Amino acid sequence: MWAFILRRVLATIPVLFVVSIVVFSILHFAPGDPSAMIAGDQASQEQIAAIRAQLGLDRPFHEKYFLWIADILRGDLGTSIFSNRPVSVLFMQRLEPTIALTVTTTIVTVLLAVPIGVLAAWKAGSWIDRAVMSFAVLGFSFPVFVVAYILIYVFSITLGVLPIQGYRPIAEGFWPFLTYLILPSFALGLSFMALIARITRASMLEVLTQDHIRTVQAKGLSTRAVLFSHALPNAAVPILTIIGVGIAILLGGVVVTESVFAIPGLGRLVVDAILNRDYPVIQGVLLIFSGVYVMVNLTIDLLYVILDPRIRY
Amino acid sequence: MIAPIGQANADDEEIVVRSVPIGNLTVLDPIWTTAYITRNHAYMVWDTLFAMDANNEVQPQMVDTYEISDDGLTYTFTLREGLLWHDGEPVTAADCVASIERWAANDGMGQAMMRYTDSIDVVDDDTFTIQLSEPIGFVLEALGKIDSNVPFMMPERLAETPPDEQIEEVIGSGPFRFVEDEWVPGSVVVYEKFEDYVPRDEPPSMAAGGKVVHIDRVESVYMPDAGVAMSAVAAGEVDLHESPPPDLLEMVAGNPDVTIQPNDPLGWQLFMALNHLHPPFDDPEVRRALLWGTDQEAYMANVIGDPERYDVCAAVFGCGGPNESDAGSEALLGVDIERARQMIEDAGAMGAEVLIMDPADNSTLHPAALMGTQTLRNLGFDVTVEAVDWSTLTQRRARQDPPSEGGWNVFITNSTATGIDNPLTHNFVKNCDDAWYGWPCDERIVELNEEWALETDEDRRAELIDEIQALHMENVTYIPLGQYRPAIVYSNQISDVIPAPAIFYWNIRKED
Repeated sequence: MWAFILRRVLATIPVLFVVSIVVFSILHFAPGDPSAMIAGDQASQEQIAAIRAQLGLDRPFHEKYFLWIADILRGDLGTSIFSNRPVSVLFMQRLEPTIALTVTTTIVTVLLAVPIGVLAAWKAGSWIDRAVMSFAVLGFSFPVFVVAYILIYVFSITLGVLPIQGYRPIAEGFWPFLTYLILPSFALGLSFMALIARITRASMLEVLTQDHIRTVQAKGLSTRAVLFSHALPNAAVPILTIIGVGIAILLGGVVVTESVFAIPGLGRLVVDAILNRDYPVIQGVLLIFSGVYVMVNLTIDLLYVILDPRIRY
Repeated sequence: MIAPIGQANADDEEIVVRSVPIGNLTVLDPIWTTAYITRNHAYMVWDTLFAMDANNEVQPQMVDTYEISDDGLTYTFTLREGLLWHDGEPVTAADCVASIERWAANDGMGQAMMRYTDSIDVVDDDTFTIQLSEPIGFVLEALGKIDSNVPFMMPERLAETPPDEQIEEVIGSGPFRFVEDEWVPGSVVVYEKFEDYVPRDEPPSMAAGGKVVHIDRVESVYMPDAGVAMSAVAAGEVDLHESPPPDLLEMVAGNPDVTIQPNDPLGWQLFMALNHLHPPFDDPEVRRALLWGTDQEAYMANVIGDPERYDVCAAVFGCGGPNESDAGSEALLGVDIERARQMIEDAGAMGAEVLIMDPADNSTLHPAALMGTQTLRNLGFDVTVEAVDWSTLTQRRARQDPPSEGGWNVFITNSTATGIDNPLTHNFVKNCDDAWYGWPCDERIVELNEEWALETDEDRRAELIDEIQALHMENVTYIPLGQYRPAIVYSNQISDVIPAPAIFYWNIRKED
């Protein structure tokens, strides 16, 4: 198994290399100019040109790429051309809110969506099943920002029970931390929850018709034991796959959620960097995000093996 | 309800104002950038030798007394007593000399001043002089300018940083101290009252007068979503929003706990920039037709909405400002669409292709660009709209290629009226070699701009302003689209906000 893990980790290197070229090329050839953004609207063209030269933006593409990749290989993600701070410092400053939001959303979503999906499969064709499927369609249809605005209007403005925006680090207490994450997690997790519920239902339906389930039912096991001890583990592989894919989708949704709820996380960092064309920040964070995607996929692959012994390395 | 980020750092006894800034503070050096968010930040941290008051007159600020020699060539400045940097060191004349030199290297008005300056010399710890080569009429205006780049005074060791590099420390002598440890770029900026700041005795008046601070701490929390930011004001999560989008003011208009205050006495002007290098706007007749076809009232009503907050304004140097003029404004104020269409027809430009850039991420300029698109179509042009973000626009507007090869014909932008109140600061009035985007060139305007800079007689200066404006209207350098006063919104716990083009946190009071 360790050889498998090593092979998978090594396989990420060419992936990240290709990602680095793609990210760098897109930024290089995309319109927009950080020097004009830095200089401000009242600046003269001479001021803008001076800033371009100072930042090295007037150098050729290949020279800029090799300088950047050489720094990356030395472990240096570069320095923000706006705030003059190392990208690694900015990244670490923004890491906690994003992890908190992603983990909370994933936990809450999985804990709610999997039982709902199991229930829908068990009661297939009933009003419960129809209700779950309707919820899944609705959850999928609403964009994150629409759900966010509705939640803010209802729970923050009308009822006044939850904060509209912001973030509290966990170091300042678990309850305040959680209070700030409730609305964003729900806004972010709604479509994810719908997706997992649907996949769980479909996967469970398939398993529930198989012979070994009928056998354990005939033995007189309780419904709960049949569903959660025998059927769910057998239905787990597609559910895990979709959870893995969903985490990747969540990281994308984080960008919108953090902007709407003014959470100072990595999503906001990337959006602001893109609007300003802060190239070192965009490149550095996207490279790390790509690494995270690869690691999530690796983890899911390993879990397949643990949950389904028929799968071999 | 639980308070937003940053409050946990504040002592319960402290009076904390939480605000939503005009944008995301990324650059801390106000000489390196002209961005208004950085200028506003700088007004917290740094002080100025002179400052503009509510009558648009320049008043001493860090300067105690000053003298101008009879020949107008020597300016002698003496600093106020008790001025300290945030690290406890005294402010000296050497600091100010270095600061002026660094500012003047980057700022347009500073560069103009230095063209007529022989030397800037330290006399003693509190006194320095500016020695001119010939008398000019704008030394105090330059040192007291309120618009970017503002000549903020910095410690000599920071002011010696090359002007094309950012300073490494944020040490000023202003009424607030920047709390670097609590700065989260893109999220929160924190300022604390500088206890050793010595304010002037005069009452505050725009950027001038006593900067007396009645609060302990300002937490500036950037909120990228305008709707959520306004909701946060309405719900009392933040105390003040520095730059609410005009179309969202309705969200708090009926809220008894919130005040909407027009905050900039002069306001901002909206402009349509025209590319003089390419058809159809390389033809002055077509540009003149646009003046007749421009309905400022319609632009303002659609972009700003509330008639109380805008004016139809034909003054190139701003309505209500020191250089207001109505010279040559007949076409701009006498809207006549049919006449405009006929002029375009006569010039052979009917149906001409026009490319307008629309900065879709800007809440003021986006609706203005849509309005401009419709106006140009009504006048008979074949208009292509290219939606871009502001960063793309700022790069593309610098391209002189034809629109079909990545250039452009039209974009709309804006500026504070104080930022365009004279021929040295107004980018659009610069022509030929100094021309801004659009590259107009009328040598007569260049000569008159230079003559205005050198003229010290106020009456002659006013005549020159009229002549420059008339020439501008004749040549149609750009199209002014009206002047509007942005509002700020704040909780009724807040009071005594000074109306100004920048946001100032001195004089503000907050009830417990």
